Amino acid sequence: MTKVLNNKAWFFVLPVFAIVAFSAVLPLMTVVNYSVQDTFGNNQFFWNGIAWFQELLDPSTELGGRFFEALWRTLLFSAIILLIEVPLGIAVALAMPREGWTVALCLVLMALPLLIPWNVVGTIWQVFARGDIGLLGWVVNHLGIDYNYTGDPLDAWITIVVMDVWHWTSLVALLCYAGLKSIPDAYYQAARIDGASRWAIFRTIQLPKMRRVLLIAVLLRFMDSFMIYTEPFVLTGGGPGNATTFLSIDLVKLALGQFDLGKAAAMSLVYNLIILAICWVFYTVMTNVDAERERVEA
Amino acid sequence: MPDFAWMAWTWQTGLFFAAIASLLLIMTLLAVYRPETERVGALRIPTTRGDRLFISLLGSAFIHLAWLGLVGPGLWWASGLSLLYAALVFRYV
Repeated sequence: MTKVLNNKAWFFVLPVFAIVAFSAVLPLMTVVNYSVQDTFGNNQFFWNGIAWFQELLDPSTELGGRFFEALWRTLLFSAIILLIEVPLGIAVALAMPREGWTVALCLVLMALPLLIPWNVVGTIWQVFARGDIGLLGWVVNHLGIDYNYTGDPLDAWITIVVMDVWHWTSLVALLCYAGLKSIPDAYYQAARIDGASRWAIFRTIQLPKMRRVLLIAVLLRFMDSFMIYTEPFVLTGGGPGNATTFLSIDLVKLALGQFDLGKAAAMSLVYNLIILAICWVFYTVMTNVDAERERVEA
Repeated sequence: MPDFAWMAWTWQTGLFFAAIASLLLIMTLLAVYRPETERVGALRIPTTRGDRLFISLLGSAFIHLAWLGLVGPGLWWASGLSLLYAALVFRYV
């Protein structure tokens, strides 16, 4: 068979290249350019070399201190989110009905939080958790628990974590549910014949079959939580103090609040590199799990 | 010729991007004239030349950052280390 060589299709892709260059590549190049300069306003820039990076990576400086604090805070947040949402999502998926009219009802209910815009979620929880007019805050305070998310850092963290769990657990659950639905009934019949326990079925049939969707869920939830901005910004504004100032919030404060373009550009590049590295690891693991599975099935 | 002075480009960043663009161009030409197949190396994952370039560039960025944070300025050493790292990646990964 002769291979058809026709490269005309590339011309149809050219507009996409042009748009991506204009909307993504050039702005990214601008950020790199700003990261080695300083500006005092009036669009005047001065060469600053690697000084911003040096300051950023030194925890004893003001910039480095706030960067590392925000980085650990963001990593801690992502870890908590994954530790809660993944097991909870699996549990919810296992508890969801497999047939009948309740399936559709469950799916719609589960999808509802995912359809709400992020800033609306923040606003909902901002009102919901208020001690004076919010249902949650009022009830918790009347149970005798001192709760004030605007004044107490721990309360603020708990509120943001619960808000995120409320917003995104259903995504993990729906993905796991899709994985569970793909398991043929014959597997369960064989397990019943062998007299397998509920735990054994979960460990040897359901969990391996959910591995791929779980990896996707972990990747999505990690990236989203690591880049979270809108919800905590609307809910706490990064406070009290800097208790919930995650990297993205800190970056916006630095770039738009203080207009320190050089420092903000250096911080965005390091932030971007961390995300790129983690994404690459996840992507590589995911694609190799796929390839391995195809090899096993073949 | 439009005036791009407001974008505050410097020759150093220009040089940096020119290097990246040349690397991409070389890789494209190599892919056209010297096609290759994937291979499995030290990382136990199939990689192409492009994958190895990506791993080298990403690793080099982290080597430079780590050098700056742990040792201090004097990034020529970090660049040398990055070249060595890239050579190892292209050889063994």
